[in-house]
Amino acid sequence: MAVDVRGSLRGAALGGTWWRDPRVRSLGYQIGSVAIVTALVAYFAHNASVNMARQGIASGFGFLDREAGFEISTALIPYSPADTYGRALLVGLLNTLVVAAVGCVLTTIFGVLLGIARLSSNWLLRQVTLWYVEIFRNTPLLLQLVVWWDLLRISAPGPRDAWQILPNIFVSNRGLAYPVPVWHEAHIWMLVAMLIGICLTILVARWARQRQERTGEQFHTILAGIGLVVLPPLAVFLAAGAPLDLDKPALAGFNFQGGVIISPEFAALLFGLVANTSAFVAEIVRSGIQAVSWGQTEAAGALGLRQGQVLRLVVLPQAIRVIIPPMTSEYLSLTKNSSLAVGIGFADFVSVANTEMNQTGQAIEVITILMAVYLTISLAISAAMNVYNKYMALVER
Amino acid sequence: MTSLKLLGVALAVVLGAAPALAGPTLDKIKAAGVVTCGVSTGLAGFSMSDQQGNYTGLDVEICRSFAAAILGDAKKAKFVPLSAQQRFTALQSGEVDVLTRNTTETLAREADLGFNFAPVTFYDGQGFMVAKKLNVKSAKELNGATVCVQPGTTTELNLADYFRTNKMQMKPLVIEKLDEVENAFFAGRCDAYTTDRSGLAATRISKAPAPDDYVVLPEVISKEPLAPAVRTGDDEWLHIVKWVVYALIDAEEKGVTSKNVDQMLTSDDPEVKRMLGATPGMGKSLHLDEKWAYNAVKQVGNYGEIFERNVGKDSPLKLDRGVNALWSNEGLMYAMPIR
Repeated sequence: MAVDVRGSLRGAALGGTWWRDPRVRSLGYQIGSVAIVTALVAYFAHNASVNMARQGIASGFGFLDREAGFEISTALIPYSPADTYGRALLVGLLNTLVVAAVGCVLTTIFGVLLGIARLSSNWLLRQVTLWYVEIFRNTPLLLQLVVWWDLLRISAPGPRDAWQILPNIFVSNRGLAYPVPVWHEAHIWMLVAMLIGICLTILVARWARQRQERTGEQFHTILAGIGLVVLPPLAVFLAAGAPLDLDKPALAGFNFQGGVIISPEFAALLFGLVANTSAFVAEIVRSGIQAVSWGQTEAAGALGLRQGQVLRLVVLPQAIRVIIPPMTSEYLSLTKNSSLAVGIGFADFVSVANTEMNQTGQAIEVITILMAVYLTISLAISAAMNVYNKYMALVER
Repeated sequence: MTSLKLLGVALAVVLGAAPALAGPTLDKIKAAGVVTCGVSTGLAGFSMSDQQGNYTGLDVEICRSFAAAILGDAKKAKFVPLSAQQRFTALQSGEVDVLTRNTTETLAREADLGFNFAPVTFYDGQGFMVAKKLNVKSAKELNGATVCVQPGTTTELNLADYFRTNKMQMKPLVIEKLDEVENAFFAGRCDAYTTDRSGLAATRISKAPAPDDYVVLPEVISKEPLAPAVRTGDDEWLHIVKWVVYALIDAEEKGVTSKNVDQMLTSDDPEVKRMLGATPGMGKSLHLDEKWAYNAVKQVGNYGEIFERNVGKDSPLKLDRGVNALWSNEGLMYAMPIR
């Protein structure tokens, strides 16, 4: 109240009227914009419902509870054609999330290695990565996906003539089939042992760092860590009598049954996305490293650090602050580009949604769901990266 | 591309910017001087375009007969190739006037999508094609198979139903583009390819590296009545599409062909005279020229001629008339009386 009085008094004092008050104006503009957008959306929604009613087209989201009736080849959760359209969408969404998550992790690793290799003092390595980056950055992604897919599909034999590349691991045009261990209760104790090993490793690393700061003596933390993480589970495994039954893939009828089978479509999509996006990531990493002044590297060298240590302890921690913001965009585009799966027959979210759109004819509802879901995924990735960015940002005092 | 197109069409519905919805379809066609038909993106015998862009096929000729009946010229037909996923939104939004695109008539498509189907122009059924070297003799032996199929089709649903009913497992490989599905099958990515049996025959003849290496299994797992479809809400247009198809069938039954249609104008059969406009009235009822059926039969041919030329004994597909014979020859083709 007091603020209002002062504001209007000031307006009056300046010889103006209330509409000259910048705060009133900005509020007015904001209310006006919201009203216009709301009116437009309402107009379009009304228009659509009238048009659809006139043409006798079904509308609403009720179809999500109806039986889907179509089969999906790759499902992480139990799914059959007797399940609902809603569950089918969930199956597609999970497939998309898996591709996006695995893709982002692999892209980060591969892209960072490529980016470092781009700056290598080795001429051959530098040239190879330069060509790699330029080729993958400058050809359309869909084309690359189709090429990967065709390569996997055509170069591999049919399931009856599958290559056995390692015992019980088969490659055919149906994908990569490999065995997985059958669950045994000793395995849970192995996991526990491994977790304890990881905790011990963290303690050892802390102790080693403190000792090095105190005395300058170094400790082989990595070797000790590997020993601590690997040996206890191995001991538990042997103590339990080595219970390892493998669920092996075997040719039964047309296809491999048992084990885990990675389809050529999934592999092509993952390879394609990782190969393409890591070319962009490589450039981001290169520019990030080059943003750290050369003097830092020279100073670190003068202190007697080895090349790997210079990179790990001096250059990358500073470069990462430059790298994180553009990396967010790369993660976002990888996730969204995974929708190109439609072109090569992988049952991702868009592929399932497209099928539903056509089986139900409810294009507007399905497209609304599509947009809402991709928006949610993208905003979640953005939010996570912003938190990480804040955590990594230079704390200025 | 497809999603963009679908999105565009959905937007057109949202914005109400589809002009075709404004007035009756017949007026629009007369004003434009062209009938726009949605056809398949390439299915031998039904709709294929050659290198010069000339379309051939049964669906294509049905569309040409509409152009002949309405505009007096079979050449005034325009073809819009549509994928299985694009076809319905294209019709809903008015991008095409009629779908003549090997589309199965179903309850949900009429009731939920807002369509009306005209009389069936081809009675089909879904089947499976496999490579001969697999030594499969029956679809019942397909347990565990990977099956190539196009998304958004009745085929995709029938496939799931058939395996469910027979307690068998399968993995679908779902690709929208017909060419890609066929390539995947012939590259051995799938054990079986499923679609309508006429489509299987067409694919085997026109796309297989060696047609004799592939067999179509004997099982027919569904009924697929393929019929032209129009939007609901324009009865005048529905009547025209419906009765032109009937006229083609009726012409075959009465022995009226593209060659003898001029002599038939002086036929003694009153129904033939009504149909061909020698006795006026029928054309007026449909809001068409009295020569509507005469033009369709003269320029395109009767149903039997269209069938034999495109999918029957005069075509590479060499399909039997089977259930597509006239009712008088123990088939299902039965035209309602023109009177």
